[in-house]
Amino acid sequence: MDLRKVTITIDGKKFEAIEGQSLIEAAKNNGFYIPTLCHFKEIYPPLGTCRVCTVNINGKPDTACTRKVFDGMEVEVNTPEVLDNRKAIVEMLFAEGNHYCPACAKSGDCELQRKGYEMGISSSRFPHLFEERPRDFKDDRIFLEHNRCILCKRCVHEVKTNKGENVFYFQNRGHNMLVGMDYEKAKELTDEQVLEAAKLCPVGAIIAKGKCSVKPFGDRKFDVDKNIKWIQSEDMELNIPKDGKKKIVATTSLAGCFGCHMSLLDIDLGILDVLELVEFNKSPLTDIKKFSKQCDIGIIEGGVANSENFEVLKEFRKKCKIVVALGECSIWGGIPAMRNTLPLKDCLEEAYLNSISSENNENIIPYHEDIPKLLNKVYSVSDIIKIDYYIPGCPPNAEHIWKAIKNILFGAGEKVAYEEFKYD
Amino acid sequence: MIKIIETVVSVSEFYIRKLKPIYMEYTAIRNERTQLLNYLWEFQDKNGYISTSDIRKLSKELGISWIEIEGVISFYHFFRRKPTGKYTVYLNNGMVSEIKGFQKIKEAFEKETGAIFGETDPTGTFSLFETSCIGLSDQEPAALINFMPFVNLTPKKVKEIVSHLKKGGDVAEIKDEVKDYVRYKNDKGESVLFREYKEGDSILKLVKKQPQEVIQEIKDSGLTGRGGAFFPTGLKWEFARHSQSMQKYVICNADEGEPGTFKDRVLLNQMPGLVLEGMITAGYAIGATKGFIYLRAEYRFLKKKVEDTIKHFYNIGLLGENILGKNFDFDISVVMGAGAYVCGEETSLIESMEGKRGGPRTKVYFPVERGFLDKPTLVNNVETLCVAARVMEFGSEVFSKKGIEDSQGTKLLSISGDCKKPGIYEIEWGMTIEEMLDLCGADDVNYIQFNGFAGTIRTKDDLHHIISGVEMGNKYNPYIRGGGSVMIFNSKRDVFDILTNFSNFFIAESCGLCTPCRAGNYLIGKRLEKIKNGEATYEEIEEIKSWGKVLRDTSRCGLGKTSTNFIVEAIDKFPELFKEKGLKEKSFDLSAALNDYYDYVKNN
Repeated sequence: MDLRKVTITIDGKKFEAIEGQSLIEAAKNNGFYIPTLCHFKEIYPPLGTCRVCTVNINGKPDTACTRKVFDGMEVEVNTPEVLDNRKAIVEMLFAEGNHYCPACAKSGDCELQRKGYEMGISSSRFPHLFEERPRDFKDDRIFLEHNRCILCKRCVHEVKTNKGENVFYFQNRGHNMLVGMDYEKAKELTDEQVLEAAKLCPVGAIIAKGKCSVKPFGDRKFDVDKNIKWIQSEDMELNIPKDGKKKIVATTSLAGCFGCHMSLLDIDLGILDVLELVEFNKSPLTDIKKFSKQCDIGIIEGGVANSENFEVLKEFRKKCKIVVALGECSIWGGIPAMRNTLPLKDCLEEAYLNSISSENNENIIPYHEDIPKLLNKVYSVSDIIKIDYYIPGCPPNAEHIWKAIKNILFGAGEKVAYEEFKYD
Repeated sequence: MIKIIETVVSVSEFYIRKLKPIYMEYTAIRNERTQLLNYLWEFQDKNGYISTSDIRKLSKELGISWIEIEGVISFYHFFRRKPTGKYTVYLNNGMVSEIKGFQKIKEAFEKETGAIFGETDPTGTFSLFETSCIGLSDQEPAALINFMPFVNLTPKKVKEIVSHLKKGGDVAEIKDEVKDYVRYKNDKGESVLFREYKEGDSILKLVKKQPQEVIQEIKDSGLTGRGGAFFPTGLKWEFARHSQSMQKYVICNADEGEPGTFKDRVLLNQMPGLVLEGMITAGYAIGATKGFIYLRAEYRFLKKKVEDTIKHFYNIGLLGENILGKNFDFDISVVMGAGAYVCGEETSLIESMEGKRGGPRTKVYFPVERGFLDKPTLVNNVETLCVAARVMEFGSEVFSKKGIEDSQGTKLLSISGDCKKPGIYEIEWGMTIEEMLDLCGADDVNYIQFNGFAGTIRTKDDLHHIISGVEMGNKYNPYIRGGGSVMIFNSKRDVFDILTNFSNFFIAESCGLCTPCRAGNYLIGKRLEKIKNGEATYEEIEEIKSWGKVLRDTSRCGLGKTSTNFIVEAIDKFPELFKEKGLKEKSFDLSAALNDYYDYVKNN
């Protein structure tokens, strides 16, 4: 067959491509990366569902997976505007579903998570919806977790029985759309086909029961490269004023696990260097309970789950010039926000009356005016007050935290490289 | 008790007995999958819902999985998976209905029938549902009962209807005759569309021309797509003509779902013959032998009339083989939609005709290259086809000599809302908004929604804007593209009610295929609610504009791309309203967030 070559321009560089090829494949063949979530191979018609590969083609926004290359095609992939559109879509997906990375078997191998790292998403501009979606355990071999599904259509298109019948298909429409499974047809799949289906899913929505191998941190597909040299604190010293005046830091843990504080201490002896530069005021690290002066920076771990969290947070905003949300719980709720899809009543009853650790005939739900009152759901700190910076991670790495904090205190704001992003 | 009549005949028997007549009409198509929607309609009509056993049977017969059929059913909102009552009421919840008393009518239906909306009453007699615009905006509030129209509803009228039906009365006996209010046409007797219809006149002229000449005539007329996209019709026909294929199709897009639009309803009711002649013209020009009218389910009450006209055309030799002895064959049949706004988008419409979920295709090919069953397909709006027939009948100048230099021709506007004379207006391009408002008797105007919910907003400051088919001009001489519907709201209407109604529409009608439209519209709806309740900061209000840009740039089809126009424009058009609502600082209502807790501990 005659393969006619065409010339396309991507971000100012000229590339050769085969006529009829999709732009996303042509770019890939030329070593040019265009991010996508739904595209996994060249198919007709292309899925074109996630819209993450939106680029500018001859000045107009369009998706790289649905457009074929043509001679004279001018593509912009990395302009600030296009980058922001793509980032917005990924943020939308995080806000739409319920993505608790630390509790997901796909974490580290998840393409959505990877896109988040790549695009440097430290918080979603869209408020998380926390709407409950079903978890389907009915099939013997496939667990379908709709909370994580991004409706990319890969499985609908690709997973078929040997007779060519669909195992998965979209149900409902709009916001209520989800992927339905045909349990009878699913039985016709071989074990290998089930594994392939789970592998095909870019997120942790299709899980092969008992077959998902959880790999250790560091060995997963999108983990941080072990060989990365973390930027050492010495690198920063140029920016640090020599007047010897220490910056005042306050920290707190709201509805969190103290993991971020633990991580904060993980710089080991580095903490001694840190203490040269900063002085701690109110913080669990110093056990100072009350603010004694105005602080330069307040670091908040955890979301807002009760009335006390709310008061503490409000006070931090008053007493600190800069407020930083540290870790996933403070940024959007994190693991404690798993309760957000359930009524508070169910949570209280499960915790105090019905749990396996409750005594028989237990009928008391603690209530006293001195006990903090639970809010109807767990809020992100940005729901309550203005937040100046976000440091993502569950928990964020120690070096990462200190690099970011020093940058904020002494440098020109926070800059975090892809390798340092981490949601789990 | 709800009596469920299960179908006892086998599906293959059922097809032969019940579906054969439909099937025979699709002689050109031997693809059973395309019949899925028809089969589902048969079940829905027969039993009031589609049962699991119906689905199992269909799955076996058609060789497609059960989940796929479930997926198709759940896409269309007129298909039901749970038994419905003997009478199903679909009440329009669009904004025009809302200002004409939707809430009272809703309450009246609930009171009289004993059912609540979304459900069936305990006796299994009535099922009540809300639905998006049903194309009767000139006579709201309106509802469909067993798909028959009931207009200008009042609580008293609802009472009478329900009591008639409770006595076992026939719906057809009391249904309303839908009136077609053609309020304005060129007063010099030079109307393009609303002049005397002489059956077959355009076809007599058509067959004297070569197809290429027909296309040239359409090009000369300057006709552009009347559905609202304004793509040059002649050019589209030329593309379709040049697509190489043994089989091509013409589809008349009668899925008039844009809220506030009802011109196609009027055309189909007044001049179904003209629509058919337009299709024949298109078929002749592009070399197609098969045409379909994709009729929205809301217009089912027009189906018989259209089909009778088709039969009549066969009888008088304007359809079928060897039309007028000119060795040109053309067939037309009606295909029913099942309730999905997005199916007005041409590739979604084609997907729907193929028996699938009506999601828009990825635009690798235009339908004129690969459309229905991957064959070249020309999709045109009802009005476009009618004008095309008129151009054949009277020559291109009947159209091109009208309007203004930059924008030729006339356009049907569907005007509704707060005006004395809602109805159809055939205006010449070049009319100002002020002239239009004078014609329809609107003296108190605060908010005008042009071109449906996805269109554009004008206010009383924009009365000098010129209505045309182009988007251009400058500050002193601005043009507005008049896509079709004009909804007028007076100063008593709360702008936030209007915006909320529009937002709810897009949330309900987004097909869900692409992220920005599916998630974005929902997120914007949430934000709008927050603004309406006075809980959003001014920054959060402004942020919506950038969200709107994301949807416009990245959505898969026109629905998503245009779905945020209204809110983005409203923020600019009504700055003082938003300023009033916006907060300077973030506020958080602690006591509201503690309500659940106190409620619970108090009760235990």
